[in-house]
Amino acid sequence: MYKILKACNLASNIFLMDVEAKRVAAACEPGQFVIVKIDEKGERIPLTICDYDRQKGTVTIVVQTVGASTTRMQKLKAGDSFRDFVGPLGRPSDFVNEDIESLKKKKFLFVSGGLGTAPVYPQVKWLHEHGIDADVIIGARTKELVILEDEMRAVSGNLYITTDDGSYVRKGMGTDVIKDLVNNEGKKYDVCVAIGPMIMMKFVCLLTKELGIPTIVSMNPIMVDGTGMCGACRILVDGQVKFACVDGPEFDGHLVDFDQAMKRMGLYKTEEGRALLAEQEGDTHHGGCGNCN
Amino acid sequence: MDVLKKVPVREQDPKVRATNFDEVCLGYNAQEATEEANRCLTCKNAQCVKACPVAIDIPGFISKIKEGDFEEAGYVIGKSSALPAICGRVCPQESQCEGKCIRGIKGEPVSIGKLERFVADYAREKGIKPQKPESTNGRKVAVIGSGPAGLTCAGDLAKLGYDVTIFEALHEAGGVLVYGIPEFRLPKEDVVKKEIENVKSLGVKIETNVVIGKSVTIDDLMEKEGFEAVFIGSGAGLPKFMGIPGETASGVFSANEYLTRSNLMKAFRDDYDTPIRPGKKVAVVGGGNVAMDAARTALRLGADVHIVYRRSEEELPARVEEVHHAKEEGIIFDLLTNPVEILTDENGWVCGMKCIRMELGEPDESGRRSPKEIPGSEFVIDVDTVIMSLGTSPNPLISSTTEGLDINKRKCIVASEENGQTSKPGVFAGGDAVTGAATVILAMGAGKAAAKGIDEYLKNK
Repeated sequence: MYKILKACNLASNIFLMDVEAKRVAAACEPGQFVIVKIDEKGERIPLTICDYDRQKGTVTIVVQTVGASTTRMQKLKAGDSFRDFVGPLGRPSDFVNEDIESLKKKKFLFVSGGLGTAPVYPQVKWLHEHGIDADVIIGARTKELVILEDEMRAVSGNLYITTDDGSYVRKGMGTDVIKDLVNNEGKKYDVCVAIGPMIMMKFVCLLTKELGIPTIVSMNPIMVDGTGMCGACRILVDGQVKFACVDGPEFDGHLVDFDQAMKRMGLYKTEEGRALLAEQEGDTHHGGCGNCN
Repeated sequence: MDVLKKVPVREQDPKVRATNFDEVCLGYNAQEATEEANRCLTCKNAQCVKACPVAIDIPGFISKIKEGDFEEAGYVIGKSSALPAICGRVCPQESQCEGKCIRGIKGEPVSIGKLERFVADYAREKGIKPQKPESTNGRKVAVIGSGPAGLTCAGDLAKLGYDVTIFEALHEAGGVLVYGIPEFRLPKEDVVKKEIENVKSLGVKIETNVVIGKSVTIDDLMEKEGFEAVFIGSGAGLPKFMGIPGETASGVFSANEYLTRSNLMKAFRDDYDTPIRPGKKVAVVGGGNVAMDAARTALRLGADVHIVYRRSEEELPARVEEVHHAKEEGIIFDLLTNPVEILTDENGWVCGMKCIRMELGEPDESGRRSPKEIPGSEFVIDVDTVIMSLGTSPNPLISSTTEGLDINKRKCIVASEENGQTSKPGVFAGGDAVTGAATVILAMGAGKAAAKGIDEYLKNK
């Protein structure tokens, strides 16, 4: 069992937890992820690592409720436990293994969308701890969904915040900020890291390709085991089939086939929706929603 | 009673079992087992023992059944095998012990598998457990993977007094026994879990959720955690795909994914969260045991199921019994047929599969006649789900993170067949990680050989 030491909501449907997982905390690096299973009957849910404390042996996860299992997960409190917590999975971000001196010459721009701020944070923090301050754009639909602002401010260079509805700081998408920084403020970036919903990563990549900025994205497709066994997470990168769990999760965003990946994301929509309805409404749900037979 | 024939084993009616996940074969009762045991000739120079990868004293345990001492029969098997209830169900006996049975020359061989299963089930129902060794030598050995190879190796080492810890990447112990082989062939709660409990009662510890190569490396286990030897039994977990157009479409699964969802994650049960797509019309591509398992799972979830295989029935690599069961349950075999493209609708979902007819040519290096396409014979089968069951290869997670561990060009770990020794001192390996996808019992045989190899290595260290 993996004990939850801290649990708090960052927004109504986004929550943060510190979980005791010594092996994961000792081995994980920015860019990697974990798989969590609440109890015997829960799903295996891939989650990005938001932070880790090697001394305390804890790992911080940030979760958005999207299905039955994550909705149940939100109800857990400090002192409760997860049945399973496995990782770190996937490959660390490339810069972790690069030469620090050459890294210091590079100008990094991170673009996070929504929950994507959580996996961006440990990367920016790692760079900060190695003497590199990266610019960060946090994008969210509305003010309530801007998460980890203070934490990010403490480790980033310039921090730009934008909301789709203009309820906080700038109004517009992350791509609007990139355009503004590059075209109007004359900023130059050597690497862009974009993490967020697939549609957001797709549009960031279209823009950065135009601007000539190499871009890394983090893919979070459906997966079961997370070790290369099931092949559910296969995506097309430069026409080649790759498994996000073992070949990724980070890929060259200019080579990822986002349209194909987004189609695959819809794969379990109906069944997942059903599981959620069953969770919320118990056995009172007997069809009629349009999704059930 | 016809002494030339096996005592028939009771099975669930095909029509009934096609709609449930309960075990197909119901096994012998005491009377049937005794009757079948009496067919054994108790050969002095028993050929069946030589054909068993773990060399169970087969005439020995069958003699005990004849005497009615079922408990003692269990101890005889237990000397050689830690997983008899599993082997009695999933070993390909027809090509091993039963294939060499003298009775089989003039009639049907003794039903050794069903007798083994009877003895193991009897012991379990009576609550008979193996004894923990009285003293341990305190020397630590790590076993990677809790499938048949790892469990066997760990059990044998524990019996020799070693302090054994198994590291398992998934959340349940059992490897392919829990994620791969379906409930209706191998019940998980009653059979697999109980046999794993038996291994634990020998003193073996199992740590789940540890991905060796990610959570911790083999070098760390040996240098920082005090393990003096390591056995790698990590299996062959990576699924193969065909590389044809449309293969990343929604509705195309590897057999591994489909079976893992159903078996490990219990998607077939309403009270578990993991979803599975039942499919209305399912094509399973491939002809091995895993293809049969995937097909029969899809059938039980309510689909019309076709097996699509490029050679003819004679070349099907699956066990005869599995093919027979699949046919009885209503699975349709499209033989000498090979997919060339998966067709998708505007949302990226599977809506059909284009196939081509094949004919058999000359035998290839595997001895099987190689299939050739018949030009112009393409046709489309109407399916909404495709399950690719083309075999698996070993996972590179361990080989790529362990200094000095040699692999061959098929990505398999190079290890001695005799004692499991790899190119790295103190590191042994066996099972599918070494051979590529094979059988439960061959993996157990390799685990056994490696336990002996590790014992010799540590004694001389």
